[in-house]
Amino acid sequence: MIGFLIFWPLVASLALFALRPQNAKVLAFVASLVELVASLLAIVLIDHSGAVQLIITTPWIASLGVDFYVGIDGISLLLVLLTTTLVPLIILSSYGQPVQQPPIFYGLILFMQMALVGVFTARDGFLFYVFWEMALIPIYFICLIWGGADRARITLKFFIYTLAGSLFMLVGLIYLYLHTPGVHTFNIHALYQAGHSMSAPKQGLCSGMFFVAFAIKMPIFPFHTWQPDTYTVAPTQGTMLLSGIMLKMGIYGLIRWLIPVVPIGVASWAFTAIVLSVIGIVYASCLAIIQVDFKRLIAYSSIAHVGLISAGAMTLSKIGMQGAVIQMWSHGLIVFALFYIIDIISERTKTRTLSELGGIRQAAPLLTTVFMVVTLGSVALPFTSGFVGEFLLINSLVKYKVIVGAMAGLTTILGAVYMFRTFQRTMLGESNSLTQVFADLTVREKVILYPVVALIVLIGVYPAPLLGLSELAVNNVLTIASQVTGPMK
Amino acid sequence: MNALYVICGLGVASLVAELLHLKKWLIPFLVLGIAAATVVGVRDWNTNVSYFHGMVVMDNIAISFSTLICVIAFFWFWMANNYFHKETHVTDQAALVLFVIVGGMVLTSFNNMAMLFLGIEILSLSLYVLAGSRKESLLSNEAAFKYFLMGSFATGFLLMGIALVYGATGFFHLDKVAGYIQTHSTGLPGFFYAGVLLIVVGMAFKVSAVPFHFWAPDVYEGSPTLITALMSTVVKVAAFAAFFRLLAYCFPQVHSSVHLALLVITVLTLVVANVTAVYQINVKRMLAYSSVGHAGYILLALVAGGRGLGNAIFYYLAAYSAATLTAFCVLDLIEQQHASASVDSFNGLFKRSPFFALAMSVALLSLAGIPPLAGFLGKYMVFAIAINQGYLNLVILGVVTSLIGVFYYFRVIVAMYFKEPPPGTLALSLSTKVLLAVLMVLSLGMGIFPNLVLVL
Repeated sequence: MIGFLIFWPLVASLALFALRPQNAKVLAFVASLVELVASLLAIVLIDHSGAVQLIITTPWIASLGVDFYVGIDGISLLLVLLTTTLVPLIILSSYGQPVQQPPIFYGLILFMQMALVGVFTARDGFLFYVFWEMALIPIYFICLIWGGADRARITLKFFIYTLAGSLFMLVGLIYLYLHTPGVHTFNIHALYQAGHSMSAPKQGLCSGMFFVAFAIKMPIFPFHTWQPDTYTVAPTQGTMLLSGIMLKMGIYGLIRWLIPVVPIGVASWAFTAIVLSVIGIVYASCLAIIQVDFKRLIAYSSIAHVGLISAGAMTLSKIGMQGAVIQMWSHGLIVFALFYIIDIISERTKTRTLSELGGIRQAAPLLTTVFMVVTLGSVALPFTSGFVGEFLLINSLVKYKVIVGAMAGLTTILGAVYMFRTFQRTMLGESNSLTQVFADLTVREKVILYPVVALIVLIGVYPAPLLGLSELAVNNVLTIASQVTGPMK
Repeated sequence: MNALYVICGLGVASLVAELLHLKKWLIPFLVLGIAAATVVGVRDWNTNVSYFHGMVVMDNIAISFSTLICVIAFFWFWMANNYFHKETHVTDQAALVLFVIVGGMVLTSFNNMAMLFLGIEILSLSLYVLAGSRKESLLSNEAAFKYFLMGSFATGFLLMGIALVYGATGFFHLDKVAGYIQTHSTGLPGFFYAGVLLIVVGMAFKVSAVPFHFWAPDVYEGSPTLITALMSTVVKVAAFAAFFRLLAYCFPQVHSSVHLALLVITVLTLVVANVTAVYQINVKRMLAYSSVGHAGYILLALVAGGRGLGNAIFYYLAAYSAATLTAFCVLDLIEQQHASASVDSFNGLFKRSPFFALAMSVALLSLAGIPPLAGFLGKYMVFAIAINQGYLNLVILGVVTSLIGVFYYFRVIVAMYFKEPPPGTLALSLSTKVLLAVLMVLSLGMGIFPNLVLVL
């Protein structure tokens, strides 16, 4: 089952590269739909006990103790579902504008999907690392070939920045591997033992190395400097992949590979990490307020939101981690919708500068409504998905330290400032020469946006299924962590 | 051992071919001959026979490294098919290349310092001539002359070192020297250590480690591109096999005395080579520095030592050679088109020939160490060995230099995918296409199924 989930997109992408069919975009969409159906089947196939299921394990590099070991639990399942849901939508969203070399473009997207599903299901450290790096190659080429102005310099910075983090993670991983008992292996259970048996300073060293990799990927202040440029310069689909799915790799890594493996080390870093995240929240929100470019504004807002997620997860509490898992879904949906709306607006008006827009509401009431719902989700209004996640996250931070919770809570207030201002400056007010003639949503755009909006509201009103999927898995992670630290909050 | 005889025979045969006017069929014949030699060589696996009173030992390490050399030679001749078509001195040159291979194979299997010297000389003398084989080109002449001078110096150091070690121990055989060191570990005279140091310096010249690398960029740039490809693959593999053999079999005990020197050489090689590579605008020169940089990673493993060292070095060299051959194959064709090897001549390659750009990307990504390509696993094994022996600081240095590596490798990638192409199309022969495809599959296959290569 997981074998299919990982290798089907790979097969599809290789077929696109090799055969270069005329209607690559249709084929890619069909391939991603098949993947979605398969992942939905997985929900039925596993019982929701929180245990790891659908395991595949075969030796891969026997002499190095590396297995092809994949499996799925509630947390993995949610992220796999997020990937398989967003990728067809991302492919569909590219239909509006002609793409050069379509087979390669869609092939790279599917290749990326393979790597992402692999990252979210791998249970062998080496395998995890390989998938983690493999996700970087397609997105680099997507940004390099189809990106905007000055992309060569910006994407190279992005690549080297994230690779730097990954290599430190590799060093940490080897360090852990050499501490595994008996014959060294990368099996996650052996890594748990290795991590737990280390002294506190060694755990601290290890978790520092891992944390840098995850912090760069998310990104957390002060490792964020690659992000606004890259998001802005990437093609819309690239930005969606980066912000909708790829940054979740960092948070997922935190929950799966950092907290349960070296719990004492993480605990020693937790305060620093939370403070950095909270600084990032306030700092990025303030920067978002003064942006003039719509896309850049959303890029900064993404730093703020992800800062809250990582701060919540680093409280090492159940509420925080549950909140993080839910918020990953919510953020993925919202940021996808926002970037798509930007794409729609800029395609029709040829500008992303906020001061040049305004008054789109008169011509496009449907788009305005959709944008309103997404905006409300982004500022975490009750009955939207954003609320559930942010409530849990801020709750966990308040329990951790009231002052930290209060600072993090600023995200909703500052978020309201920049999101509502953006809404006002694009949709409301007088229309100008650019926005006077503005076609409302086409059928295809509706097909993409309506389900996303419906999901945002649905999760907000009835989050229980999502929470239920992840709850027991989160419990498991915390149980493993608490074997050495004693019970956690 | 039979493989060595076969290759020697091929060398003589290609000289005779001139007389018999068989030039036309020479290269295909040689390719087949080398393939046969590879098969013959592999059949000696696990036999562990020694020849000539123990001067040559065909153990598994010797067999694996000489098989690697044969495989590289096989691909090299395949690649060089066009090159030889245009040459007037096909037979001489082919014979010289074959003698380089013979020298390399001796270097993988010596058990006696005299054989080490012989191997290095057979290898180097042929290379000096090959480096200058473009007689009308000033750069080529300069390369040959520089290589000859520097190489002679290095051999001088090596000989002096061998003499001193012989003076101290009374033996030329590696195992006997090692045994003597073990029994007389306290009473060794000071000049013994000087001798070991001189040998290390001589070998460092041959693997072009900093600060003994000054010949490498000029020689690489000046020589014909295919000869450069030969130098940076076959010669590198042979020199490292010899270095590994010396350190692992002969001087494991005195490791600590030369340890500091090796450590300094490693750090310098990693830093200087990678930083200098950033400033190169000529891809050939950049690859020269990159090959020096890769020597640094292998040295890192050699310095650390410990279990799995042979495997790691073998795998690293195999991965590096596959990627380097690919890169040089592409570079050679680009150079023929543009008469220049600057980064600019790669502009827009993706639009002109996606397959070509893909091949070059795979090679560069493998050299940069990006999974799932073989270069990544090579680097991983080097790092794992070093961390296991407690060299965490060196590994972090290695990580930083790898990042610098990404910077200069990606300059070519950016040029290929991002810049606008010049007019005109690229014609590729079927043979080149197949060769590139096979090399790409090797880079990828070794990365995904490393068990096939991890035999030591």
